[in-house]
Amino acid sequence: MLTHIRRSIIASIAFFAVLGLLYPLAETGIGQTLFSHQTNGSLSKYGSALIGQKWIGPKWFQGRPDAYNPMSTGGTNLGPRSKVLVSDVAKQIALLHKEGIKPTPSLVTTSGSGVDPDISPAGAYAQVDAVAKARGLPVSRIRQLVTSHVTGPELGFLGSPYVNVLKLNEALAKLK
Amino acid sequence: MGFLWTLVALVVVLAIAWRFLGQYMAAVYEGRVKWAAFVERPFYRLMGVDPEAEQSWQRYAASLIVFSGIAILATYLILRTQAYLPFNPQHLPNVTPALAWNTAVSFVTNTNWQNYSGETTMSYLSQMGALAVQNFVSASVGIAVAVALIRGFSRKGSKTIGNFWTDLTRGILYILLPISFIGAIIFMAQGALQTLGGPVHIHDVLNGFNQTIPRGPVASQEAIKQLGTNGGGFFNANGADPFENPTGLTNFLSISLILCIPVGLTYTFGKMVGSVRQGVAILAAMAIIFGAWLAIGTFAEHQANPAVTAAGLTHQTTGNMEGKEVRFGDTSSALYNVVSTQTSTGSVNSANDSYNPMGGFTTMTGMMLGEVTPGGVGSGIYTILIYAIIAVFIGGLMVGRTPEYLGKKIQAAEVKLAALGTLVMPITVLILTAIAVSVHAGQVAPLNKGPHGFSEILYSFTSVTNNNGSAFAGLSSNTAFYNIIQTFGFLLGRFAIIVPALALAGTLAAKNVVPASLGTFRTDKPIFVGLLIGVILIVGALTFFPAVSLGPIVEQLSHGKFF
Repeated sequence: MLTHIRRSIIASIAFFAVLGLLYPLAETGIGQTLFSHQTNGSLSKYGSALIGQKWIGPKWFQGRPDAYNPMSTGGTNLGPRSKVLVSDVAKQIALLHKEGIKPTPSLVTTSGSGVDPDISPAGAYAQVDAVAKARGLPVSRIRQLVTSHVTGPELGFLGSPYVNVLKLNEALAKLK
Repeated sequence: MGFLWTLVALVVVLAIAWRFLGQYMAAVYEGRVKWAAFVERPFYRLMGVDPEAEQSWQRYAASLIVFSGIAILATYLILRTQAYLPFNPQHLPNVTPALAWNTAVSFVTNTNWQNYSGETTMSYLSQMGALAVQNFVSASVGIAVAVALIRGFSRKGSKTIGNFWTDLTRGILYILLPISFIGAIIFMAQGALQTLGGPVHIHDVLNGFNQTIPRGPVASQEAIKQLGTNGGGFFNANGADPFENPTGLTNFLSISLILCIPVGLTYTFGKMVGSVRQGVAILAAMAIIFGAWLAIGTFAEHQANPAVTAAGLTHQTTGNMEGKEVRFGDTSSALYNVVSTQTSTGSVNSANDSYNPMGGFTTMTGMMLGEVTPGGVGSGIYTILIYAIIAVFIGGLMVGRTPEYLGKKIQAAEVKLAALGTLVMPITVLILTAIAVSVHAGQVAPLNKGPHGFSEILYSFTSVTNNNGSAFAGLSSNTAFYNIIQTFGFLLGRFAIIVPALALAGTLAAKNVVPASLGTFRTDKPIFVGLLIGVILIVGALTFFPAVSLGPIVEQLSHGKFF
């Protein structure tokens, strides 16, 4: 018994040193050297490309109706037969209609992370007319901007196509 | 179309893992792999272990239990003192006692149920030095038990089943650490965080939006979280958080890492017992059940969410997107969560709680089948071998002859141990659920009303007892009641199956092999696969059907009703 305890304590300390310190610190060294942009949070001067922000329309493309608090991530966890979910989605649909945007699934539902940086291409195209009108720019230019910001699935088949809202709005800000 | 290609790619990756990782793992546990001997030997010297010295099943089990006990204590101590320790840029306080206890037991038992939000609770040292260490260690313990049980079948008249300390060390140094090391680099290249720098504050001049963005050493933890079928996220949102799972590629990598060891171990098993076909039969049973559940789950999530339809969005071009990330879409999200729930991983890339009724049904009942399709690292194969013993026992009853499995006579002692191993989980789940729904502290926790609220409680105890760790996360379970009661599920679901499995290893290893005759029931044929599937489904369905009826099934049938 005492042998088991002594071995367990020694093993725990040794594993702590190798797996708990050496391994993550070595990865940190590699990451900071080779992928410093990614490993530090994919940051630009406007924010992180991976963490969504709240954009109020109609001058900007809006993201999903998430809370966008990365210090408190997670979904709403409302079930498929929740009255609260029905009324939340109904409110979002009404809001979009008021802004002249045709609702799409990604624009009326919240994400799993609560900080989804993306919307579906359909959700971006649905906002083109409203954004063009608010900015006094031709619809075709805005549509073209969206098209150039659609990212396809990884390797052509992994995941779904999406539009990164921060990158789209950064490009929008540069349009004259 | 993209989803079909995803499945094709997954099958290719897993076929390679099955053949080559499976063979490699057999070599590792037979002591034929030595490239890391320069690290391995000093470990044994430190511990005072003779790597060649073998243990009886009793000593093997005692080593395992004492080691796990010390691991719980060590994890608890780090969490309780993190405020005084380094790598704590957010100056987070010590974790409270009940939560630290729950978390320590949860990670040591390979469950990784999380009653905390990582971003506001755990220092970087707690994440790296306490939680991620247990991700490695608990996974290696699981594989060790599996290998010990396989040795029980492959040895004749042996008093020993291997050496726990050697198996533990080899699993970490030769399998888990090297694969995680490479996996983490891919995660980083794709956008996962890996920094010791604290949170950053953002003020976006375009929209005037302010944000505090948490950071940390995420990628290193992410890789082992998936590979070890642990599932505990660095952040609360787990695999849905873009810093943990940034792209469709990392999503695919996660799924592949989760499945590669459980699938590979079926080859290891076949190789070690001297017939790869025996492993193929086990894999076939796993794959058929998994495939059926995956089909139901992805189909269900590809349908519109009834609440969103009721709110007025009628013409929906995609499936249920509530609680899902756009970059993954409905089907790849469902694939991830079905994989995660049937491997005792429990990481999620989308909110299970917001799945359509039949989607939630698949993730919940996938666990209720005992985490054997293919199950967690090690735990999947040792549990399905216990089911296999029941299957040959039933086969033996049908033809009236003493059952054999892999040349070993299955007698009263083995059947009793196998029955114990299969019954502990359902009994624990149902009793703990019954307690929780009967007391006030249990009843107030669900977020959702109606059958979905009951599902949240049932899901929780199913998950903790199967050492899965995924949740219908609307349940507010960071309370004294849940923190304490869940630990019974963690411990029974882990050790009350491990001990019978090791006892089986001991009794089987001691037996001699009976030569196969014409009357021997072949366990490498489709009829055995069918019988094994039948046993798994019947045990699961008989025990859980009434409870599941009150949750997801009644929810599915409540057309047009909202709660």
